[in-house]
Amino acid sequence: MTDHEHYEAVVVGAGPGGAAAAATLAKHDVETLVLERGVDAGSKNVSGGLIYAEESAPYTIDDLFPGFREQAAERPVTDYYIHNVAGEKVKTFDITDLHEHDTEWSDAVLRRKMDSWLADRVHEKTRETGGGLLTEVHVNGLLRENGEIVGVTCDELDPIRADLIVAADGVNSELARDAGLMSWEEPDEWFQGVKAVVDVPDVDERFDLGPDEGAAHLFSGDLFEGVRGGGFVYTNEDTLSVGTVFHLDSLVAEEAEPHELLDSLLTHPLLDDWIGEDYEELEYSAKLVPDSKKVAHESPHKDRLVLVGDAGGQMQAQGPIIKGMNHAVTAGALAAEAYVEARSRGDTDLAGERYATKLDREGVMDKLRPTRYELASAVGENDLATSIADGVLRSAVGRFGVRVLGDRLENLYSSPFLSMLAPDTRTPYVTMPTVIAEELGTRVTAERTIETPDLADRIGDLTYNTDVGNPHIELLDNSAEASGAAVSACPVSAKDFGGGCYREETVKTNGDEKTAVSLDTQPCVECGTCAIVADTDWEHPQGGKGVEFREG
Amino acid sequence: MHTVVLTKGVPDFREGQVSFDEDGHLERGKTPTVMNPNDKHALRAAFQTKVRNGGHVSLMSMGPPGYKEVLQEGMRDVYADDLYLLSDREMGAADTWATAMTVATGLQKLDDRPDLVFAGFKTADGETGHTGPQTCWCLDWPVITHVISLDVDEEERTVRAKRLVEGDISEIETVEAPMPAFIVADPEYEPSYRKANHRLKHKDLREETKERAAEYEDHVTVWDHEDLNLDPDYIGLDGSPTIVSGVDPIPKAPSERDATMVDADDSEGMEQVVDELAPYATGD
Ligand SMILES: Cc1cc2nc3c(=O)[nH]c(=O)nc-3n(C[C@H](O)[C@H](O)[C@H](O)COP(=O)(O)OP(=O)(O)OC[C@H]3O[C@@H](n4cnc5c(N)ncnc54)[C@H](O)[C@@H]3O)c2cc1C
Ligand code: SF4
Repeated sequence: MTDHEHYEAVVVGAGPGGAAAAATLAKHDVETLVLERGVDAGSKNVSGGLIYAEESAPYTIDDLFPGFREQAAERPVTDYYIHNVAGEKVKTFDITDLHEHDTEWSDAVLRRKMDSWLADRVHEKTRETGGGLLTEVHVNGLLRENGEIVGVTCDELDPIRADLIVAADGVNSELARDAGLMSWEEPDEWFQGVKAVVDVPDVDERFDLGPDEGAAHLFSGDLFEGVRGGGFVYTNEDTLSVGTVFHLDSLVAEEAEPHELLDSLLTHPLLDDWIGEDYEELEYSAKLVPDSKKVAHESPHKDRLVLVGDAGGQMQAQGPIIKGMNHAVTAGALAAEAYVEARSRGDTDLAGERYATKLDREGVMDKLRPTRYELASAVGENDLATSIADGVLRSAVGRFGVRVLGDRLENLYSSPFLSMLAPDTRTPYVTMPTVIAEELGTRVTAERTIETPDLADRIGDLTYNTDVGNPHIELLDNSAEASGAAVSACPVSAKDFGGGCYREETVKTNGDEKTAVSLDTQPCVECGTCAIVADTDWEHPQGGKGVEFREG
Repeated sequence: MHTVVLTKGVPDFREGQVSFDEDGHLERGKTPTVMNPNDKHALRAAFQTKVRNGGHVSLMSMGPPGYKEVLQEGMRDVYADDLYLLSDREMGAADTWATAMTVATGLQKLDDRPDLVFAGFKTADGETGHTGPQTCWCLDWPVITHVISLDVDEEERTVRAKRLVEGDISEIETVEAPMPAFIVADPEYEPSYRKANHRLKHKDLREETKERAAEYEDHVTVWDHEDLNLDPDYIGLDGSPTIVSGVDPIPKAPSERDATMVDADDSEGMEQVVDELAPYATGD
């Protein structure tokens, strides 16, 4: 046996999943080392983000971190609306009931502030166990002995052994891939989220909110070029989070430009009053989001390794509601609990198995992969069913139905049961809301159109610590067929834009002209999209390198 | 382990800080004094021995009372534990020899005898690079210069160092010396922490010293020539064999030469530029 440094538990990633795992381990005196690749926890992370504390969940973030809501969050979400949009026509439903279903509370958060606050507490707690939290360490793989996972390897540190390895390294987890537990291949298993944090001086006034109130506004309909997905506006303390979340396969199929879709939302007349005269974008960011219905691993463990949160695909899109952070917290705490129990029985090798059982027993797995959805999707998610549904809705009969139902549709939208059933097709994302707006909506107009920054400015405003000469993504196949989709789908690239990561080039060989793709990772925001839609060798940058988000 | 780092305050030569008069003489009064930048490499090297081997790091300087702030900088930025200032009118205007004498005496007066003494690679103002080795000569210790990495074996009481041969990055040798020893850290010195445990300790110590730096005055010991039992004839100006015969003014930096700005869209202006440059292009 090589003489490696040893900790009882190593947690990779200081997002909500890693923080929850580490705090729970530390509470039970497990010597815990947390390794985070960002310069600061949260500097790599993006979410919408509303963090939920579910009534049915065995652990919530404020259970584990008292003071969380007062010190790390922005605002509680008290009003929740969905806007069905068709051009300038908008029909708004108040779906606060859906939002409040199984909800103890829900707060808007910004990840840099939230995660770094959590990290300080995690460091304090784990330091007492003899471990602690280190930033700027990129874990690049699993340490194996005789084929068995026994620890981690890092760019910045010598290999470390551990009895428990918690992969809480988020979407595109390098550890989950190394273990062969997750692959990043199918675009239909992922969403892409893109977000702008916008400086808004008087949120209370513009949204008509009291001191302990906040609003969430969702958008669907025809404002996104037919791409399946939607938009959101969440109120923070004195900024707004405005973003979009789309099915990656749909984004690729429509060759849509993510930043333009975000602009469609930002410039919609409905946002005019909220944003006001001077548009000031503080940060542009993006990240992939797993679709738990398709990728949540049923048995997320192997040897001493457990997957927690996005790394294990535990990100639930329940109709318009996105729940990733809360599940990461629950899973992190359950994984820790499983290890502690296994240890007290003298066999830490059982931790993984126990963890999987707990995910099942606590009902987490059923939220992530609802059986109801699996049944409904078998019927509803094929092209024929979609075109029938769309056709009916668009026909006189469908429109009549929508008019008859009128405001009762609000109740249907508010049904948690139905929101779990909604198929991943054009119908609920595009056709239905468009028809609703056309039939029931009222026209909104804006006094002015705001001017959003172009991609070059958005990139220019971000902070990077470039690892010169050591790009973290390597393009394996530069043909347009293999990697061309990334030119549009990459949130910091675009056709006809020379300053992004992916660029289209015309290559001449022996008189033949063909289109090829080139890659420059300098402006990369590490969203993970091209790991799936292009042929690459994809890794995260070394510790402390790459993009640094200040809001997140 | 006790390590001591020697440092000196120098004018802050960074742009925007430094100030010269019309004749190109440095205006000391208008230019802030900072810790000699190269000494930070030495302090980082010393701090690394503390992280790996424990013990404490002292920072010592000879200079006017105002150097206390320079010492604080060392505590705040590079985490020194305690600070020593050798300060006295008699010590003023010393050359490298008289400084070495004084500093060596200061080192010998420390109750907790140092195992390693670090110096930076020459100061930003004098640029002689003498004081370190001369101090070492006074102490009669082995000296290793141009050090880029270091390992201490406390049991064997030895130090093993990688050093640049003749200060050249392309040739590196490994040498070993018994402790106590004198180390001159090269600007290429990059402390590396490849153990999680060392990084955690580093983080603890960083937090600890940050708090201490706020009340740094409590950690400064000032010694004058009497404390050190030094004869004024052998220190300061009187003890300095060096005679400075004159000082040449520093020529203006090229960036300060007159420049004419021409907008690239201004075609007339651009033509002029081309005309002006043409003779150079043809080699005239
Ligand atoms: C636009 C958008 C909107 C969203 N909206 C919501 C929402 O409203 N509500 C909600 O609950 N969820 C939302 N999500 C999803 C949510 O952000 C994630 O589900 C959640 O962050 C997952 O937490 P995690 O702890 O698993 O991973 P992360 O939060 O991604 O944390 C992973 C951590 O691991 C670190 N890391 C990664 N790889 C390594 C490595 N190799 N070595 C060391 N460290 C590493 C990262 O730097 C990061 O700190 C949204 C996501 C996006 C992109
Ligand atoms: S290069 Fe890839 S990972 Fe980076 S921003 Fe573009 S799509 Fe995302």
